[in-house]
Amino acid sequence: MAYTEEELKKELETKEYEYGFYTDIESDTFPVGLNEDIIRKISGKKGEPEWMTEWRLDAFSSFKKMVEPDWSNVKYKKPDLQKISYYSAPKQKPKYNSLEEVDPELLKTFDKLGISIDEQKKLSGVAVDIVMDSVSVATTFRDTLAEKGIIFCSISEAIQKHPELVKKYIGTVIPPRDNYYSALNSAVFTDGSFCYIPKGVRCPMELSTYFRINQAGTGQFERTLVIADEQSYVSYLEGCTAPSRDENQLHAAVVELIALDDAEIKYSTVQNWFPGDKNGKGGVFNFVTKRGLCHDRAKISWTQVETGSAVTWKYPSCVLKGDNSIGEFYSIAVTNNFQQADTGTKMVHLGKNTRSTIISKGISAGKSQNSYRGLVKVGSRAKNARNFSQCDSLLMGNNCGAHTFPYIEAKNNSAQVEHEATTSKIGEDQIFYCNQRGIDTEKAIALIVNGFSKEVLNKLPMEFAVEAQKLLEISLEGSVG
Amino acid sequence: MEFKEKLISSYLAFEEDLDLLDSVHQTRAKALRVFEKKGFPTKKDESWKYTSLNALVNADYALFPRSEASIELKDVKKYFLYDTDTYKVIFIDGVYSPFLSNTTHDGLDVCLMSAALTKPKYRNLINTYFNKIASLEESLTALNTSYSKEGAFVYIPKKTVAEKPIEIIHFASGEEHSLWLQPRNLIVVDKNSQVQIIERHQSLKEHPVVTNSVTEVYVHEEAFVDYYKLQNDLTSASLIDNTYIQQAKNSHASVHTFSLGGKLVRNNLRYYHTGQRILSTLKGVTILEGKQHVDHSTMVHHSHPNCESHQDYKGIFSERSEGVFNGQILVDKIAQKTNAFQQNNNVLLDDKATVNSKPQLEIYADDVKCSHGCTIGQMDEEALFYLRSRGIPKKEAKALMTYAFANNVLESVQLPSLKKRINGQIARKLGVNLGFEL
Repeated sequence: MAYTEEELKKELETKEYEYGFYTDIESDTFPVGLNEDIIRKISGKKGEPEWMTEWRLDAFSSFKKMVEPDWSNVKYKKPDLQKISYYSAPKQKPKYNSLEEVDPELLKTFDKLGISIDEQKKLSGVAVDIVMDSVSVATTFRDTLAEKGIIFCSISEAIQKHPELVKKYIGTVIPPRDNYYSALNSAVFTDGSFCYIPKGVRCPMELSTYFRINQAGTGQFERTLVIADEQSYVSYLEGCTAPSRDENQLHAAVVELIALDDAEIKYSTVQNWFPGDKNGKGGVFNFVTKRGLCHDRAKISWTQVETGSAVTWKYPSCVLKGDNSIGEFYSIAVTNNFQQADTGTKMVHLGKNTRSTIISKGISAGKSQNSYRGLVKVGSRAKNARNFSQCDSLLMGNNCGAHTFPYIEAKNNSAQVEHEATTSKIGEDQIFYCNQRGIDTEKAIALIVNGFSKEVLNKLPMEFAVEAQKLLEISLEGSVG
Repeated sequence: MEFKEKLISSYLAFEEDLDLLDSVHQTRAKALRVFEKKGFPTKKDESWKYTSLNALVNADYALFPRSEASIELKDVKKYFLYDTDTYKVIFIDGVYSPFLSNTTHDGLDVCLMSAALTKPKYRNLINTYFNKIASLEESLTALNTSYSKEGAFVYIPKKTVAEKPIEIIHFASGEEHSLWLQPRNLIVVDKNSQVQIIERHQSLKEHPVVTNSVTEVYVHEEAFVDYYKLQNDLTSASLIDNTYIQQAKNSHASVHTFSLGGKLVRNNLRYYHTGQRILSTLKGVTILEGKQHVDHSTMVHHSHPNCESHQDYKGIFSERSEGVFNGQILVDKIAQKTNAFQQNNNVLLDDKATVNSKPQLEIYADDVKCSHGCTIGQMDEEALFYLRSRGIPKKEAKALMTYAFANNVLESVQLPSLKKRINGQIARKLGVNLGFEL
């Protein structure tokens, strides 16, 4: 571990929500409400071409016909979509060539987030595209990437500069009318990241985006599109934080991944949106649609560490359309206090010899509810499809719940599908063993939780693994009964 | 006229010879209103996601058989487990057949629901137990409740071991062109008692028959109920079986379901606990072919500490058959030290066969041991090769492996002759003679 137990202890004492600050930057915010005018205004503000505006309006018209789904195992007060401002951009629209030009207030925000751009530039070689309240403000390492022909920019920039790529791929994996929130996102998304890796290129660094909700009463609707052309490889990181606010904030993102023949995409998320306080007040609603499409021999791997949000509702999925393609899903979801998470994955096997692995670890503490909901579907043409799923839940305390809702559908006799799930608590003998060796109970639990989640943590890129480990411990602090 | 309308309008005719002021009848009337409101379940209901009743309920059925059908003992003898050594409650087209049955009131009651519902000496039992655990909300159960009149009634008093197993058999004679049956069974096993029950539904001719059956089973303290459901009907017959079991402390209830036939079979099996140290066992073997469809929907509600439940369902599917497993384990906050286990293994033998499995855990207590496993696969090629390399023909080798696969479930069958019979049926299904009995 990169930091010592002492440091952890200090951190735990000052824990509250450490990212709960609010940056005082003048924002350019639209009036609240949702209608066609607002959508035209968003589109106009961003100087989008006509086809994009039409696409948004189209999505909006299907959105109007939909109702909010309520099948998930979470309870919350439905957000009033008319009370949200759909556009909020830092006013001094930054177009900087170097960091010095950036508003110092904004830089301070990033410092507190622990993603000092300079440092990351030097040390980790991570190119960061920071999305703050929906508008991308700084992109680093662009030049290095450009040399290789990699396009990594905000989606609004991509719409301007690479309309042919956006037009070809946007909405192909997740059509606007896929579900209620994806339709909403398609209509009103303000920004997000766009990434294109050309044929045969192996992206030399981890691409990273930080999302952060800043302005009160704004929803975050970002849109991410990652395209890996034939035989390319990219590892993409996404991290999210939000300042503490009392009312619930809505986050409805759409992430589309396209892996063409022989390509590989690794998509990692660390999410620690504000989970609400001890009494379950406030927090972020995280309703995200994420899906990847694999062509022949392609591979998509989702890794996620979910520690934040009051309500999480997301199912990163893989459509294994191409023959010999591979889908992977590794997840840790931690819920504490009044958090609720209904998360999992869908693996849709369509091509021959497709393989998928699902490892999901749920940890619930406090009064939280943690559900795994997953689908493994083997189509009748998916010869020799193979799936392995494992869902383990750890319960801490007597007021929380852990639930498993796997759906397994096999229509092929050569398919091999395995699913197993366990639910348990931390064994008293395990803690006793640690205590005996001079490790106090709190640390022992941190140790056991770490071991429990190791399989998933190992899949994270180095930079994130340390942070994720820290997050796990912080979010479980005080949950020991 | 839609069949649902027919069910509702025929209710007046059904009421005619009943005591309308009776409390049981008020329960019936209430249930009919629930069914009227909800109608038949559709695929939009989460618990019916993989099973469609459309094809069944869009047809027309006779609700009351016109003539009393009679069948010869020699024609149906083969469906009995033993000739004489069992209590028998036999129905033909929903009507009790005194000629084929062998009921008793000696020490224990094995008789008719219609008698229990009307005779004053059973009034107390009916008031305490009738429709107390059967769902009031579920539309098919409500439909059965509204037409509940006939079925088997079993009462085992305290400290009594039923010496002979009880066979409950519903025959459909095929006199009617198509028939909708709604038997209602009530089984009460008092403290420290034991009983073994075998239930089957059998049609004698290839005519469409749908049976919507509800069984309530009450298992009191320290009692043991061993229940076997044999489902090996003709492919014209469909069955919706709703079984509700309530267990008191230290009791054991075990249900084995053998689904080897029928057109569409849906098993709703629900367990409720009222005390500690309860053991619930749910096991099933499903072997299907053609276009058969079997849906097992189980639920065990752990609401008290220190209880155990074991579920083990095996499925073998060939041709275009479809299997569904929808298992739910619910553990309340108070139910600490629960040990719940759920296993669903499936083998697909043909391209077009389908399995949909949904094993669910909902857990609100922290000191529990709950696990579930689900697999879908094929016969192990290497094991098959091993057997063949030792001179066992492919067909026999496959059958042998199928046996081994289903054997876990068969092992816990307590009645030797039943075990033998099921073994025979499995062998017949696989088209082989193994030359030995497992």
